[in-house]
This record gives sequence, structure tokens and C-alpha cells, in this order.
Amino acid sequence: MIIDHYTSSHRRRFSLSESLHIDAPLMIGLLLTAALGLVILYSASNQSEAIILRQLTRLTVAFGIMVVIAQVPPQQLRFWTPWLFAIGIVLLIAVLVFGEGKGATRWLDIGFVRFQPSEIIKITLPMVLAWYLADTSLPPKPSRVIVCLILIVVPTLLIAKQPDLGTSLVIASSGIFVMLLSGIRWRFIFSAMLAAIAAAPLLWYFMHDYQRQRVLTFLNPEQDLLGSGWHIVQSKIAIGSGGLYGKGWLNGTQSHLEFLPERSTDFIFAVYGEEFGLMGILVLLTLYLFIIARSLYISAQAQDTFGRLVGGSIAITFFFNIFVNIGMVTGLLPVVGLPLPLISYGGTSMVTLMIAFGILMSLHTHRKLLSQ
Amino acid sequence: MLRKLHIKDHSSEVRLFKQRAIIAIIIVVIMVLGIVSRLIYLQIYSHQHFSTLSQNNRLKIVPLPPTRGLIYDRNGLLLAKNIPSFSIELIPEQVKDIDDTLARLNQLIPISDSDRKHFRRLLKQKRRFQSIPLRYRLTEEEVARFSVNRHLFKGVSIQARLIRYYPFGQAGVHAIGYVGRIDTRELKRIDSADYSATTHIGKLGIERSYEDELHGQVGYQQEEVNAQNRTLRIIDKTPPVAGKNLTLNIDIKLQEYVDNALGEYRGSIVAIDPNNGEVLAFVSKPGYDPNPFVTGIDSKSYKALRDSPDKPLFNRTVLGQYPPGSTIKPFIGLAGLDAGIANNSLFCPGWFQLEGDERRYRDWKKHGHGDTNLDKAIVESCDVYFYELAQRLRIDRMYQFMSLFGFGKKTGIDILGELPGLYPSREWKRRKRNQAWFPGETVITGIGQGFTLTTPLQLASATATLSMDGLHFRPSLVHSMQGADDPEPELTPATRYKSVLLKNPRYWETIKRSMMRVLHGPRGTARGSAQGATYKIAGKTGTAQVFGIAQDAEYNEEEIDKRLRDHSLFVGFAPFDKPTIAVAVIAENGGSGGRVAAPLARKVFDAYLLGTGL
Repeated sequence: MIIDHYTSSHRRRFSLSESLHIDAPLMIGLLLTAALGLVILYSASNQSEAIILRQLTRLTVAFGIMVVIAQVPPQQLRFWTPWLFAIGIVLLIAVLVFGEGKGATRWLDIGFVRFQPSEIIKITLPMVLAWYLADTSLPPKPSRVIVCLILIVVPTLLIAKQPDLGTSLVIASSGIFVMLLSGIRWRFIFSAMLAAIAAAPLLWYFMHDYQRQRVLTFLNPEQDLLGSGWHIVQSKIAIGSGGLYGKGWLNGTQSHLEFLPERSTDFIFAVYGEEFGLMGILVLLTLYLFIIARSLYISAQAQDTFGRLVGGSIAITFFFNIFVNIGMVTGLLPVVGLPLPLISYGGTSMVTLMIAFGILMSLHTHRKLLSQ
Repeated sequence: MLRKLHIKDHSSEVRLFKQRAIIAIIIVVIMVLGIVSRLIYLQIYSHQHFSTLSQNNRLKIVPLPPTRGLIYDRNGLLLAKNIPSFSIELIPEQVKDIDDTLARLNQLIPISDSDRKHFRRLLKQKRRFQSIPLRYRLTEEEVARFSVNRHLFKGVSIQARLIRYYPFGQAGVHAIGYVGRIDTRELKRIDSADYSATTHIGKLGIERSYEDELHGQVGYQQEEVNAQNRTLRIIDKTPPVAGKNLTLNIDIKLQEYVDNALGEYRGSIVAIDPNNGEVLAFVSKPGYDPNPFVTGIDSKSYKALRDSPDKPLFNRTVLGQYPPGSTIKPFIGLAGLDAGIANNSLFCPGWFQLEGDERRYRDWKKHGHGDTNLDKAIVESCDVYFYELAQRLRIDRMYQFMSLFGFGKKTGIDILGELPGLYPSREWKRRKRNQAWFPGETVITGIGQGFTLTTPLQLASATATLSMDGLHFRPSLVHSMQGADDPEPELTPATRYKSVLLKNPRYWETIKRSMMRVLHGPRGTARGSAQGATYKIAGKTGTAQVFGIAQDAEYNEEEIDKRLRDHSLFVGFAPFDKPTIAVAVIAENGGSGGRVAAPLARKVFDAYLLGTGL
């Protein structure tokens, strides 16, 4: 059995993907989705070649970074995890003190690059939780669960204060996914859910008027046609008028008559829905599901707790992003301003996403041949 | 052993993870099915509906401004109303070259730089299809001139809008305030959707502090337009909800009368109903006409107002902090009675000296009042008696007692920006000046000089509290509100603060009787002001120094510059037995309180109680 493993991988040692530390199925899924994204963006940007070129450059850079990350063995990643996380937290505090950005302070300018420290946390929070939990056997003891909760709450609050509610929501949930995967007991999960439900009215009490207004808008978008309700009404018209087969590529009227706001970024899904219809959407969802399934498979194959938890959390967070974006565009969820992974125009979150997939590939391609 | 345990853990951990991963997949699939069913609903089930909305037609949303709530006085007279006015407006998406259009328009209708700036700001803020006002209050001639040339200006139109108008002009401006165009700072504060059709916002006074109630709720109209952006039909309309109408406690006729009575004097008069804290008159003089502010006052007129030495923009009633002078004496007297140290009389030689101190604290009456008890000290306003009393009370006790009447604290009136005045204490002096408290400072605090500062509103409120034997109400300007759907006006309930309690309630009567003799007694400092009154008045005069005179120097009114003359003060209430009005009067540089402020107060009492002069 062991011999067989050895010989089979020995035989394939010279295949390209193996020597580049790349997982071919995952890579193919990502490339196909990104390509589809470029097609949609071409239409959403009113056939702007400049935008396509810029997005293509970003994709190339992001995929390049993914390949670089994939070369780093998981042990190395694990070793650096607490330091990276600590740096992320320090930068988050720095951004609150010195940060710049229009309206909200999310950016940190360090001379030649400007970046959002919250992106570091997006990756390192699940990693640091996995690093911490992998120390002892799972499921974790209650005291460890509490430490984890503190690790989640601190960056979440720092980011929420920027204020960037969308990102802090994603980060908090990525941490929670690690906890769920670590096998914490169901009674913890259920009591936490009950506590959250009980806290909701309290939260309402502490919210500002405009935040309450936002919740009310979500519950009834038609009440707020002048604010973000307008986005939802227009994107619903776009998607709904797409029908089963769509109006055809470049033929979406809603989107091209400038009635759909933010159509190349957060609301790009509506352009796709209008032009490619339900069938097109099913194709995209299939691609996404394939990536998620492959990621979960890779996580399950990982050789240690750290790998399993990090990988699993990456897969589920990826899905969470997709779900929140589509839910928002179709009017199922409130407008929180999250991009559609691999499709939306924009650079920062793309790089972060590809680093995550790089970690997954590293996990899969550095497995030791002899497991315990 | 350890190793074995580890292996066991490992396999169970893998099992645990796989279990959780499977649950995750199941949840993911369920959520995807949720999305798909939503899409089926949108794209298959409601496809026809959305198709119609999308095909050939375009939807346009036009916000409809809510009508701002009106403001009435306590007798139902309109203080703030909305009148139609012509403005010239522009729809950005229909104008090809905005700069060129503005330049050409300027030849027909003058457009100032501030109009332009305001317009540019709105241009960024509003949607491309929303109409943006460029200038308000066009004259009829300007309307005519544009109408003739209308065909040259695509996307530009004349609109009749409602603008705010204050029929009583400067009377009451310091209470009512005014509305003005929304500025950048306010844009950040407000909900831009809620104000998408609104161009003005409350800037000061009631208009500002009751903005949320007055503004109302924006409505909108969903229109179907063709490719030329012409409205084909109205699909849906949510009418705006008008703001609430406010009824004030102010009696505008009284307010106007009082304002006129002050004549040339700068200063402030506040009248309060002591039974509930309702503010009957709220005068800060000079005032200014709020109406030019509504449509944008030109910078020359604004500068003139801002730089005027009379400070018309300054709301003296709540921002003016004056030394209360002798008007504070009844309160100090009460403190003395309550402490049980104001029962004896003393001899007033015309000055007071602290033991071991050279300095003489002079009485206003050079040769002194002779034998003086508390009653005489109030009626004739003997300073020496209160120097002595203050010295025996000490600052801590005075501070504690005066705080009960609201001195040194905001009254909590329902307009923003009120100042708290100042009642000094040891702690305050250490904190603010990093100095110890000196006994001499206690002495002058006893006659309302030194650090003590009060606003006219505070004085009126404290007097009202005294007149009601300690019943302390928050002064309030707004009496009730009524929304469009409310069958009955919603009353603003009177807010009661903690009452002032004395060891013996008879002390109230003692002090109030002395205050009555200030006006009705043969030697009272305001004896002239109650002549021929059909009701009894109680009060106290005050004269507050604006600048210090040297030790033993004569105060010669004629020689002193007008603006450095003493302020003339009076506080009082009437009728004596059952007070219905309490008043504080401050006439800046008016000189003696008995000569200027007290007769003014009499006019207010006559007007309110008898209707004289209204």
C-alpha cells in the first residue's frame, strides 16, 4: 500500500503541475471562472478594452502570487502564522490612527504601496485560529474556545470601526467557520445562536438611526427608492428581465442604459443574469461549486489539523462571499458591498483570494508520502 | 503510550473534520438551492413583469419634497410659513454643456458665485435626472426674461417651490431661528435619501432643534419615461408626509411688544410662566430679519450683521453671560435663612472689611444704610449686609445652594447651544485657574459680582422657581406638535427638576415679601415701577459693573463711555399671591436697575396680565 503510493507519485514526479506545486483541477476551475469573469466584465464596462486589460493584468499578478505561495511548504506557513497575524493587528491599529481613504479609513500608505491591513487579517485570522487549535486534540476545550472568540472579536471590531461592516462580517464568519470545523460541540453552537438571536433586539437599541434605516430598507426596499433600495430594484429588474436564456451577450438594456449602478463591481452579477439568463447563472454556480468541492476535498486530505482547518475555512469563506454577493444583488440580503469573487472588477480582494488558493495548493502538493 | 494516544486522536480528528465538512457541503447545497429558487422566482415566475419594466421603457424616480411643518405662537398666529417662490432649475442629464449654459443664463438672470458653488455641490450629490435649483426668488421680470428665451435652454426650467417665510421678521428670530440651504457639513449628518428633494434645513433655534419633527418624510413618484425622457405615466406614487406643525409657548404679540419696549437698548428680556416653565417671551435685542438667510444672504449684508458692534446675530438670551449683580441677593438671602444665620441685623457704615485685610468693599450708598436687617438689605439693596452674609455662608454653601436654582448649569431649554453661565466654587477655581480660593472672592460673590455669570434665561428660570416656592421647571419653547394624521396635537409635557427644599418653608414668604417691598415699599429700589399697578409685583433690581473702578473712586456716569456703563438688571414676578409670569430683564449699559430695567419689567407685566399695549 505504502509502496504503491510511493511508486505512483514517483512516476508522476515530472508532470508540470506536480513540479510547480499546483493542483490541476482547482487551477482549471479558477481559470475558467476568471475567464468567464472577463467576458462579463467586457460587457459590464461597456466594452472598455482598457478595463479588460487592467483586470487581465491584475488576474495575472494574482495567479502569479498564488503560484509563489503554493511553493511555500505548510510547515513554513504555520511557523509564520502568529507573526503575520500580529503584524496585521498592529497595522489595523495603525490604520485607525494614521489611515487615509475617502469617507472610511481603510488604507495604509507606506510610501510606494497603499493597502488595506484588513486583507492580511482575512487570511491570517483563520490561520492563527487553526495554529492555536492544532496544539491540542480536537474538539477544543471551552477555555480554548473563549481564546478563539477573543481572537475573532478583536480584529472584527477594529475593522468595523473603520468603518467597513462588509469586511468585518466576512472576517468574523471566516473565524467562526474554523470553529465549526474544529468540531466544537453542537450545544455550544446552538447556545451561541440563541444568544445571537437574543442579542439582536439589544443591537437594534444601540444602532444609529441611519443603521436602523438600512435594516428597514432591506426589509422593504420599495420604501427607499432613492437610497440603496434603488440598487436592488434596478438589479432585480435586470436579472428578472434576463429570463431563462438571457438577452444575449452585450445586449443587456438595463445595464447599458446606465440604470444599474456599480455594474462592473458589486452588482456585476445582475449584468450576467440579464445577459445570460438562468442557464448562464447555473453554469457559473456549477463552476463555483466545483471549486468549493475541490477545496473541501483538499482540506480533508490534509495531513494535519492546521491544514484541515485552514483549507476548510478558505473553502467555506469563498462560498460565503459568493452567497452574500448574490443574495444582495437578488434582494435576499441587505446591501453590504462585497464583490463577487473572481468576477467583480477590482484588485485587492482578488490578490487575497488567490493567496488563499495558493495556500490550498501548498497543502495539497506538499503532503508527506508517509503519513502516520 | 503517548504516541499511541496521538495516533488515536489523529484518526478521530480526521473523522470529526470529515463529518463537519459533509455538513458544510450540505449547507452549501441548501443555500445554493435557495439562490436558485430565488432566481427561478425572478427570472421565470416574474420574468414577464420585469421584462415589461425593462423593455423600451425606463423607470425614473422623482423625489417629492415634504412640506415643512408650520410654527405657530401660543395663540395660533403663524410665525413660520411656506410661501411659493420661483426658482430656476436645471436637469443635468438634459443639458449638454453645463458651463456654457450657466454663462448664457447669467446674461439673462444674474447668478452669483455662491449660487454657482452651491449648484456645483448639488450636482455631485444628486442623480443625473434630478432637478437642481440654481437660483431662488426670481423676480417677475427675471421669470419673464427667461420665459421669452426658454427655447435656447434645453433642460432648464422655472419651478415654483415653497420657501420658508417668517412674517414677524426680526421679532422672535432668536427663538425661532431660520432655515437655510443645506451645506457640506450638514450633508454628512443627514440621510441623503430622506433629503433628496429638500433644499433647506434648520440652521438655528427651533428650526434647528426640531428639524426632525419639522422636516417630514420625502415622497417619490415612480415614472415611466420614453427614450426622450418624457414622462409617459406615473406607475407608483408615495406622497410625502408633511412635517409636524409646532405650537410655541411664546406669545408673539407680547414678544413684539417687549422687543419694541427695549427701544434703543441692547439686551434681553425673558418671561416664563412659573407654573410650568413655558417661555412666554424670549427677546434678544437687537435681532435681525431671518428672511434673507433663507434664500442666501449676500455677503455684504451678512458682513454688516456679523461685524456690527451691537452684535445682532448674538443670542443674548442663552449665550449672553452677564454678572447678575444685586438680582442675586434674594437667593443669597434664602441661603442665609436656610443656614439659620440671617436673623440678626448689622450696622452698615457704607463699607465692609475682612479681618486682617486693608481692602474696603464699598456699598453703593456712600454713607451706608445704618442698622440693616435682611428685609431692609433686600428692599434697599444693601451691599454690606450681603458681604457679611456671604462671608459667613462661605463659598461652598453658596455654591451648593445656588446650584439648586440652576445657576452655573444649562437650563435645558429646547434649543441647541445654550451656555451654562458660571457659579464659582473652590473646586472650579483649582481646576480652571489652578489657584486657591480667596475669602475676598466670597465677599463679592455675595452681591453677584466677581466670577458669577448668568444668562438672562437662567435668571428668569431661577426667579420662576423662587416665585413657586422652589418648584423648578425646565424652560420650554415648544408647547405642542401636530402631525398631518394626528387628530389631536401632541402636548410637550412640562419637565420638572428637583424642587428646592428649605428647612422651613416660611422662608419663601419672608424673601418674597421683601421682594414685594422692593416695588411697593416706600424705600424700595424700584418703588416707582409699581405705581398705579392693580396687582402686586415682587422683584429685585440689579446693576452689574462692566468694568472695574478703582478703590474709592467715584463712579461718574457722564464721564464713562456708553459701552462701559453698568448693565441694568431686574428680576421679578407677578401677581404676588399667585404668580403667572416671571421675568428677567437685562438692558446692556442701561445704568441703574431701578431706573431702566424695572420699568421695562412693569411694561411686560402690564402687557401680559392686563393686555396693556398689545
